Amino acid sequence: MNAPLRRVGVVVIVLFGLLFANLNWIQAYKADEYRTSDYNGRVQVAEYERRRGNIEAGGTALAVSKETDGELTFLRTYPGGAKYAHVLGYKPVNLADTGIEKSENDFLAGTSDKLFANRIKDMFTGDRTAGGNVLLTLSPRAQDVAYDQLRNNNRGATKGAAIAIDPRTGAVQALVSMPSFDPNPLASHSTNEASAAYNKLEQDAARPLRNRALGEVLPPGSTFKIVVAAAALENGIGKDTNIPAGSSYTPPTSGQSITNAAPSICPQSQVTLMKAVTDSCNTGFAKLGVQLGPDVIKKKAQDFGFEQEDLSVGRLGEGGHGVAASRTGSMENPDGGADPAALAQSSIGQRDVRMTPLEGAMIAAAVANNGSQMRPYLVRQLLAPDRTTVYDTANPRELRRPVSGQVAADLRDMMVSVVRNGTGRSASINGYTVGGKTGTAQSAADRADHGWFIGFALDSDGNPVSAVCVVLEEAGPGGSAEAARIAGQIMRAAIADPGGR
Amino acid sequence: MTAAATPAASPATAGERPGVRLARSRRNSELSLLVLAMALVAAYGAMVEANVLDTVTPDFWVPAAALTAVFLGMHLVIRFLAPFADPALLPAVALLNGLGVGFLRRLDLANAAPADRAELATFAGIGGRQLAWTLVSVMLAAGLLALMRDHRSISRYAYTLGLAGIVLVMLPAVLPASISEINGAKLWVRIGSFSIQPGEFAKLALLVFFAYYLVRKREVLSLASHRFLGIDFPRGRDLGPVLVVWVISLLVLVFEKDLGTSLLYFGMFVATVYIATERVSWLLIGLVLFFGGAYLAYVLGSTVGGPFLNFSVRADIWLDPFGDPYNKGYQLVQGLLALGTGGLFGAGPGGGQPLLLPEVQNDFIFAGIGEEIGLFGLSALLVIYLLIVQRGLRAALAVRDSFGKLLAGGLAFTLGLQVFVIVGGISKLIPLTGQTTPFLSAGGSSLMANWLLIAVLLRVSDAGRRPVTGTGGKVNRPTGGPPEQLHGAPTEVIRP
Repeated sequence: MNAPLRRVGVVVIVLFGLLFANLNWIQAYKADEYRTSDYNGRVQVAEYERRRGNIEAGGTALAVSKETDGELTFLRTYPGGAKYAHVLGYKPVNLADTGIEKSENDFLAGTSDKLFANRIKDMFTGDRTAGGNVLLTLSPRAQDVAYDQLRNNNRGATKGAAIAIDPRTGAVQALVSMPSFDPNPLASHSTNEASAAYNKLEQDAARPLRNRALGEVLPPGSTFKIVVAAAALENGIGKDTNIPAGSSYTPPTSGQSITNAAPSICPQSQVTLMKAVTDSCNTGFAKLGVQLGPDVIKKKAQDFGFEQEDLSVGRLGEGGHGVAASRTGSMENPDGGADPAALAQSSIGQRDVRMTPLEGAMIAAAVANNGSQMRPYLVRQLLAPDRTTVYDTANPRELRRPVSGQVAADLRDMMVSVVRNGTGRSASINGYTVGGKTGTAQSAADRADHGWFIGFALDSDGNPVSAVCVVLEEAGPGGSAEAARIAGQIMRAAIADPGGR
Repeated sequence: MTAAATPAASPATAGERPGVRLARSRRNSELSLLVLAMALVAAYGAMVEANVLDTVTPDFWVPAAALTAVFLGMHLVIRFLAPFADPALLPAVALLNGLGVGFLRRLDLANAAPADRAELATFAGIGGRQLAWTLVSVMLAAGLLALMRDHRSISRYAYTLGLAGIVLVMLPAVLPASISEINGAKLWVRIGSFSIQPGEFAKLALLVFFAYYLVRKREVLSLASHRFLGIDFPRGRDLGPVLVVWVISLLVLVFEKDLGTSLLYFGMFVATVYIATERVSWLLIGLVLFFGGAYLAYVLGSTVGGPFLNFSVRADIWLDPFGDPYNKGYQLVQGLLALGTGGLFGAGPGGGQPLLLPEVQNDFIFAGIGEEIGLFGLSALLVIYLLIVQRGLRAALAVRDSFGKLLAGGLAFTLGLQVFVIVGGISKLIPLTGQTTPFLSAGGSSLMANWLLIAVLLRVSDAGRRPVTGTGGKVNRPTGGPPEQLHGAPTEVIRP
């Protein structure tokens, strides 16, 4: 009987070997997945035991954690309420986190590799050091103005966005999406309350949770003419060259005629490029687009950042808010042949052309910054819990060079002319040179037009200090002028309080 | 098989009796190992208090000291009643039992209001109750050692125990669910606030019967009649008893809604038949029958439903626990998350959150402990279990009579199989079942039954290691004389 007894011993060893192998699988290979699983209640309790770091801008705390008596020790609060909601995002107990709260979560929560030394220190002292602090580039004053002016726009528009960036660095000075929402209920420790608040926002037809400044793509209307003008300048047309215009233009193969916004705009058969931009001459740019061809215009739009799908705004080069790709559309027949009607409409920012507000601001910024487009970012600095050690300071980087310095200078002259003599007068600021371009975009037959403005401000030495894009959705007639006025206000605030770079 | 036949005829040769060349009692080794184990238990208690209370109370050592007193008593009983028993068994079991008490006390600390934690009485809560059960169980084990001076004496009660075993197995099945069902498994008999798991004791009783029956019938059962694919298969009529046990275990599976118990009984039976007959065919028949039956129950459960439904639901949870993580799969998911959170080193004793685990004091105690001691700690626990099982099998190898071999081998294997079934269940290796984790889980039935099991192993190992001649000290090895088996061992059948 001893031989089978020995074999039974081997069987038991094999069974225990299976247990051991399986425990290795669970506790070593799958450990990280289980540890951070959404179903794992330990994650939250542990996460809320440590004071989460602040998110700040210009010395103002925008997201802070307060101690409570509950099971979860710290409650996340947002003193700015709805004003900063789309920048900060939110950090809820039971829902998905978003925004900077999500992209900088490791550092804020204190679990980042950068804070390893702090955690070692905690092991010896028994304390729970707070998480790290995140300093943003925002100018609180510009953000205030953008938020208030957008909400109180004189067109009564309920949806829109405004974004201001520093053309020299790409630092975001203000970012507002309208309508906004109060993130505080979402961070409630009562998960029922948080879920109810979230469901209400999620079901709101105005989609307040959507970050329109980065995620909404709309037809850009006449603001797209800056891209077409840049293509023209690079193809032998000077700013004072006469281009064909007229009160109406019917592209070949199409029965639909293109007209101007008012009969007074470029009725003559020839206007200078400068004049065409200043007065936003639709017929001139439609003919210009057909003359240049789809490939030239698409190429120039891509040079300015259209079609980029992987751009994000957060820490420089490391995640953050995703940005929707701006698109030019095909501008051609489905079979690839020429379609002058599509091309003509695309050249004035209609048809299938779609642009995010950020892309609008980046076009203006590139023009203002001598043709150099900087990578946009929101996180200026990562500051240790003790507020003395700096872990990461943003080092501005050029994203691309859409146009040469000479072309940029010509475009600047034309855009300044728009604000001085043309459609963008309400954006002007005393003591600063302001340039820009308005846009009125048709969205659908039964909806009012969107009003756009993209622009920049130069100080007395000619240095760019701010570039901005404002869009008022379905604002109707006068929407672009109101957008220009709001843009001027935002830039004025950004000049007074430049925020951090 | 044939190679083993020759030494089997003379089981007392040196190669078959490991560790008994110099028959020393090794009681002092047992004592020092026991002290070491209890020091570990005391250290565990101190670490728990340091983590949960942020301070170590002056009384942290009291539960460990109480346990030490109990186990020292057991050590003295062994010293007098079974002086040649295996010295590793008691310390290994004492360590598991002590850690179990320590972890249950840790649960009490977590359950108590923060203000009351420092003043938690030694015998309060489930930890204190487990401590009391330990005292009772060890006394029972000592009593069994005292009553049963020779393990062969229990074979006299084999049929009585066999009948009692079957009654105990079937009892929860026939009782109404209000008395017998807890958490979907009908394994209990509840009388007032007490609940007993009769299956825990049935296991022992049935094994005594199996061992006795198989020793009587092993010649018949090992007679081969059909040779197929190079394996000898038994005659049809000899399959009778196997089929009876198979039907009983499937009835358990269906009516007590418990795969683990059924797997345990059947595995126990197949293992003892195999040990008795040395026929691989019995293993194959057993495995095919069991897995065929389980698969059939699964298919019936998902198509017909009825009494088979519970099993198929459990099998589905096993296949995809995260498919329904908040309801059906909740227990298993939380168990896996606890183990995963523990990772390699664990959160430290008292550093985890075992209260997030349902049934952490019973079925999921291994996961709850695993969160705090990590993969390394759990591996150590598995090694301790393995040590107990292998020591039991060693006792079976060393003892001279067939009944003792079958009894010790069967018991040791059953203990190992039970650990496999429950640990495999909570770690998603096999479908989860309602087994207790031997010596760790809260509950008197399991603790008492397993301590009785250890008492039997101690008794058998004492018989195996006891010197054949003389009253201790060195063995006078027979040189060329008659084989030792003449000294009291029953005659072994020499198979052709």
